[in-house]
Amino acid sequence: MRRAPTSARSRTNSGRRHSALHFPLMGRVLALLAFFLAGTASSAELKIALSADITSLDPHYLAAQPNINIGWHVFDALTRVDARARPIPGIATSWRAVDATTWEFRIRKGIRFHDGSELTAADVAFSLERPLSIAGSPGGFASFVRPIVAKEIVDPYTIRLRTAAPYGALPQDLNSILIVSKKAAAHATSEDFNSGRAMIGSGPYRFVRFARGDRVELARFEGHWEAPAAWDKVTFRLLPTDPARTAALLAGDVDVIENVPTADLARLRGNPNYRLAQAVSWRTLFFHLDQYRARPPLVTDKTGRPLAANPFMDVRVRRAISKAINRPALVERVMEGAAVPASNVVSPQIFGHNAELKAEVYDPDGAKKLLAEAGYPDGFGLTVAAPNNRYVNDDQVAQTVAQMLSRIGIRARVETLPLSVYLTKVRDQQFSFAMLGWGSYSADLALRSLLAGVNPAKGYGTWNWGRYSNPRLDRLIEQALATVDEKKREAIAREAGAVVADDVAVIPLYHQIVTWVMKKNIGYTARTDEFTLAHEFRPQ
Amino acid sequence: MLVFILRRLTQSALALLIMSVLVFVGVFAIGNPIDILINPQADQAEIARATAALGLDQPLWTQYWDFLRNALGGNLGRSFSHNVPAVQLIFERMPATVELALAAMLIAIVLGIPLGLVAGMKPESWFSRTIMAGSILGFSLPTFWVGLMLIMVFSVYLGWLPSTGRGHTTLLLGVPVSFLNWDGLMHLMMPALNLALFKLSLLIRLTRAGTREAMLQDYVKFARAKGLSMRRIVLAHVLKNIMIPIVTVIGLEFGSVIAFSIVTETIFAWPGMGKLLIDSINVLDRPVIVAYVLIIVCMFVIINLAVDLLYSALDPRVRLSAAAT
Repeated sequence: MRRAPTSARSRTNSGRRHSALHFPLMGRVLALLAFFLAGTASSAELKIALSADITSLDPHYLAAQPNINIGWHVFDALTRVDARARPIPGIATSWRAVDATTWEFRIRKGIRFHDGSELTAADVAFSLERPLSIAGSPGGFASFVRPIVAKEIVDPYTIRLRTAAPYGALPQDLNSILIVSKKAAAHATSEDFNSGRAMIGSGPYRFVRFARGDRVELARFEGHWEAPAAWDKVTFRLLPTDPARTAALLAGDVDVIENVPTADLARLRGNPNYRLAQAVSWRTLFFHLDQYRARPPLVTDKTGRPLAANPFMDVRVRRAISKAINRPALVERVMEGAAVPASNVVSPQIFGHNAELKAEVYDPDGAKKLLAEAGYPDGFGLTVAAPNNRYVNDDQVAQTVAQMLSRIGIRARVETLPLSVYLTKVRDQQFSFAMLGWGSYSADLALRSLLAGVNPAKGYGTWNWGRYSNPRLDRLIEQALATVDEKKREAIAREAGAVVADDVAVIPLYHQIVTWVMKKNIGYTARTDEFTLAHEFRPQ
Repeated sequence: MLVFILRRLTQSALALLIMSVLVFVGVFAIGNPIDILINPQADQAEIARATAALGLDQPLWTQYWDFLRNALGGNLGRSFSHNVPAVQLIFERMPATVELALAAMLIAIVLGIPLGLVAGMKPESWFSRTIMAGSILGFSLPTFWVGLMLIMVFSVYLGWLPSTGRGHTTLLLGVPVSFLNWDGLMHLMMPALNLALFKLSLLIRLTRAGTREAMLQDYVKFARAKGLSMRRIVLAHVLKNIMIPIVTVIGLEFGSVIAFSIVTETIFAWPGMGKLLIDSINVLDRPVIVAYVLIIVCMFVIINLAVDLLYSALDPRVRLSAAAT
């Protein structure tokens, strides 16, 4: 790309030769070109390698991280989250709970869309409805706006949202709904967003080009309400293959790579030409244990015969398994240091993380004692199930955990599968000891999906694979989500976390550490939510 | 001739139908794309809604019947994850793959046949031995490893070539191609070479074997006795006689290069169809997988037809009759 300015300059030269003929017009063109050249001369371009494919630019079609990542450049949302995943003002300058079921958002005045029109409450209301109107989306954003039952535009800069029941997580959820221009998106299809026709947002970057499977190009929006971003031009390259991403950085084809493979960490850390940015990710890895079937599948005695009872229903067995896992070794050896041992199902920076809980200490003797007390002095047999293409080093982690379990006499087999097959088998309830990774903006939301008793009417326990059920926990989760006072809500969420840890409802392993590597003259504040935002990179 | 082509077309339609059933059932057996694509925060009602919206709550045969009805109307469905018609998605990515495949085949043919001829004519010389040893390497080194090594050497250490991606494209008859400008050509070089390596070795060995056999034939001896130059013997007689197996293999390999350029595309982040297929399989994006397979089947049918027509052009003794199928 460094070649571009030279070729542009040669074009002006040839233009000058003809300028005698059409001076007025050519003069203007030249002035314009000179303006652009001046811009590019002092310009800075940032080339970033993303680690997953972008499927659609429609900000309301598929809630996949790479799609949202691009959305965050072109659009804004009512609220944003900072590097620690805590809500901060976005389009909304402030928000408050008017009463238990009404949230009021005050919209910043004078926000401009890329086409020059002003962003008002009407655009917000439209954007909050659009996710519901998209037909055939397999994983859209409807869940975030479904709790809103009524919208009231008080004035162009104030909107009130009513929920059926008190819902404290709404400002957090609305961080996921990007605000589009009503005028541009009113009849727009996903294709219109991919082509750029409807890509009219108020974000720090304007859409330039989307080459499917290859790259997305953006240009700085000078009229953004915040201080303008440091880079005039941003190119996102899509490089899902790990070695290719590292090679692209080493070859100088890109300035920044995200999701650095753990195997390359040591090498890149020692290289003086690059800088690392790391944060504890919101993604926590843990095992769900079957706690509802008398005869859980793949759990047997050591000779392969079914057991008399489900051992996982006994908290002593669950704790023994947790004690048998040497988390520091797992983190150090398998994850090459790119993780921290976990005690919660949400990572340390997330809202509702309970810092008083400590990761279970490795204690194989204590574990054996607990197993003996529970009636399994000789252990038993189980199968550790895990995906092999979803989380960092997931299959190796499963192998290692199985080895560690064998030290306390549990004969552990391992079954790792591609995510598509794995999830199908999990949904089909074929496993009793299954790995899952989870990232969430708050502990109560995470627990609602992961460990609340399965209850379709309330939408609880969608990912509660082990069907853990504890009425006290359900009450706490419900109470937390219904609390609109942040401090009180966080306290209740922490209490819920303590209940989970106390019961060893899941076996927490570790929180991943997410790494960016960039050229030495660039800096980035690593984000716990793993987003790679060009406007947060700064020249140094 | 006409009967021959007609019969071919009927057979192809049957092949398409069978393939569509196989892929459809296969993907259905693996699992439900909703499990992978769904927003993690979605509740049970939302999951049910999304499943119904894609028709995935219907029994398999209903889903297949719907697919077949739409397919006969030319609609192979919309991609679940891209929300774009599957066929459009594939055709959007096809030029990149076809360009890569053509470049690879070109490298293989331009280098492979002459090298094979040389190795076949003077099998004992050190040059021929080097060619043959090289072809063994080309056969046995795994593509992904060679690709990574190429990147390491030419991009990381020497810095001559860009490591990944497709580079600039220009429009040629409305199709974006990258070989017409310097930046695009630089990007094309390594992936094309990587993809060509196996085919190159294959062509070398095939040409060499054919040449060695042909050189012992009576007509070559006779031509020599007549006092023809070696040049004329090789180019006019030997080459023509060994071309039939080579054309067959080039035809088949061209199809397989397009269909299976996946590894090279993945390593070099080449935005072609192969990469699309892998991504689609990972999220069980059935419309794209089915459309991809059907398009590839069509392609093989066309290539085979072209090869058969070429035979009769190369060797007038081959008659295209119904019996020849």
